[in-house]
Amino acid sequence: MAEITLKGLAHSYEKTPKGASDYAIRQMDHVWHQGGAYALLGPSGCGKSTLLNIISGLLEPSEGDVLFDGQRVNELPPEERNIAQVFQFPVIYDTMTVFDNLAFPLRNMSTPEYRVKPKVLEVADILELTPLLNRKAKNLTADEKQKVSMGRGLVRDDVTAILFDEPLTVIDPQLKWKLRRKLKEIHERFNITMIYVTHDQLEASTFADKIAVMYEGQVVQFGTPRELFERPAHTFVGYFIGSPGMNFMAVEFRDNQVMFGSQPLPVNEAMERAVADASNSVEITSNNIKLGIRPEFIAISSSPSADSVPIQVTSVQDLGTYSLLTFKLNEQTFKARLPEGHSPVGETAFARFDDAHVALYIDEYLVEAGHE
Amino acid sequence: MSLHLQNIDHIVNGVPHISGIDLALEPGSFNVLLGRTLAGKTTLMRLMAGLEPPTRGKIIMDGKDVTNVSVRKRNVSMVYQQFINYPSLTVYDNIASPLKLAKQPKSDIDKRVREVAEMLHIEQLLNRYPQELSGGQQQRTAMGRALIKDADLILFDEPLVNLDYKLREELRDELRDLFKARNCIAVYATTEPNEALALGGNTAVLHEGKLLQYGPTEQVYREPNGRFSAEMFSEPPINIVPGRLTDNEITFDQTLHFPCDDKLKRLEPGDYDFGVRASHLTLQPQRADDLALDVHVDVAEISGSETFLHVHHERFPLVLHLAGIHQFSVNEPLKVYFPTHQLYAFDKQGHTVHIPVRQGGAAHG
Repeated sequence: MAEITLKGLAHSYEKTPKGASDYAIRQMDHVWHQGGAYALLGPSGCGKSTLLNIISGLLEPSEGDVLFDGQRVNELPPEERNIAQVFQFPVIYDTMTVFDNLAFPLRNMSTPEYRVKPKVLEVADILELTPLLNRKAKNLTADEKQKVSMGRGLVRDDVTAILFDEPLTVIDPQLKWKLRRKLKEIHERFNITMIYVTHDQLEASTFADKIAVMYEGQVVQFGTPRELFERPAHTFVGYFIGSPGMNFMAVEFRDNQVMFGSQPLPVNEAMERAVADASNSVEITSNNIKLGIRPEFIAISSSPSADSVPIQVTSVQDLGTYSLLTFKLNEQTFKARLPEGHSPVGETAFARFDDAHVALYIDEYLVEAGHE
Repeated sequence: MSLHLQNIDHIVNGVPHISGIDLALEPGSFNVLLGRTLAGKTTLMRLMAGLEPPTRGKIIMDGKDVTNVSVRKRNVSMVYQQFINYPSLTVYDNIASPLKLAKQPKSDIDKRVREVAEMLHIEQLLNRYPQELSGGQQQRTAMGRALIKDADLILFDEPLVNLDYKLREELRDELRDLFKARNCIAVYATTEPNEALALGGNTAVLHEGKLLQYGPTEQVYREPNGRFSAEMFSEPPINIVPGRLTDNEITFDQTLHFPCDDKLKRLEPGDYDFGVRASHLTLQPQRADDLALDVHVDVAEISGSETFLHVHHERFPLVLHLAGIHQFSVNEPLKVYFPTHQLYAFDKQGHTVHIPVRQGGAAHG
């Protein structure tokens, strides 16, 4: 059982890093609590594999500490960290039976045979591998092999955390959800800290109670799937989570209004005040003020209302369960999601942004309007 | 150019890979080949390209029989899953290569390369080499090479499958727009129903080497001609529940009775498979005639903004497609509502015998 703490952690592959861009991981503090189901989510090149290798012990961080239950483990090799890893491709012994594969980590630690058998049977039962125990591993399907890989981590009582690195890549799309269910079940049953690394938002949100979104070597948000969707803490999270991602508008406070280019935006008072404050603030020198709104929270109608803006509709795509409307506002392209059966709109229509879901970003980070 | 595949069979080592496919593609059309792995998509594209001749049947291009004409003598481009570029050539020279081979004047080539690069948003990368590019940029380069010559037929074999989903989203949008302005036939293979819907055009549903259905994408989605077509063209898959239709009611699982839709009453009494879309099942009743079902949660699959909820009733599993983020525990008991007026019906041979009226009327013409 372990709580994994990253303290002042940073990593550069350069010997003498000069600037922030030389760091694969930029200075960060982070705690993975004992028993949590976590995901580390980000695009390729964001630093998530580097971070995973630092936690597992394959890589020593160039700065800061990795603590397991408060103990510094920076120099401990992977085999002494009591961590199990499940990789993209199943790591099992093809010539051994499923039973022997599952028993291997225990026998390797000289566990007496009378204790090996019940443990293997227990784990096989949970993973629904019991009927396959006497089969040679090479005759298994990809999903069965991957379950054996997981089982090898679960048989060991000394394992404190399991790290998953894109474990469902080789699984047939139609079978993925079954393995996802299995993973959830295992987590609920074993009370082991699990960290699941992926670039896929579905994998991350399905598995994890909390997700760390990584971008350019930093965790830009650590939150529940719902928080990532409803309150993205960084513009990257808004863009990366959801399909399509959040729409952004660069705004300023001019003529007593919130302006998006030449278009005044009808926003509520708290938001208006927050944008005005940011525009006039001496501390903020970047002028980087944006409003974000998700496609799900834009209502489209054929007639204007007090709080709507006129838009040019470029296309409406029927995606089966909903339609995706593309429109232009102030020369910029926006996406809005319309529910199935929405009434048709012409080339000119009106968009209303749901107040509760308009978010303010200053220098790419979320600022809560009215909470300053 | 038009392309007509006439009664194509393709047999490799005694195993049929393509069986009796007849398909006519219109000039300027965008066509999606939708099917799972090994459905025959790649084989069919290879036959269209002329990379190999079919075992039986004819391939007619613009009225001419080209069945045995090799790929070199056809004006065809292809983009593959893997990003295939010349590693020793810059992006510029990679894109220019088909025109250089065709010995076109330099000034024309230069103009075309810049146009294509701009279309694909890689104009600032022209002097780089493929290994210096990200996956998305490499695939854009490969696409540039396919797009630069005025091919009669462009084939895309799951070109986005190795890219992350954000890039896929972008490139998919761009592809649709690129082909609006072109007169060639485009064929695009994918395993993903949602990709087919996003691309639009026409869709051909393939299953085990056979063509199940071909038509405008939305129509194939809404009016599948059979159970397989409906299952192939939905993600999460359409729910299928076997039941019995008697005079005025339908019975699921011998115990769940409910009065049936007037239109369904026209069907012969008997056993059918009833289909209901994952997005039409709900957690709150929508209508008085909804059927309440007691189920247990298997898993809630959450993708950024929506939830696929897998549950099981005593005898049959169901999947719900819910908007927004909903978290549930494994085995949590739950009530779900089954819209009895939104049922598809398939006979035991798998043919569609009933299609529900669209919710909310004809929204998009």
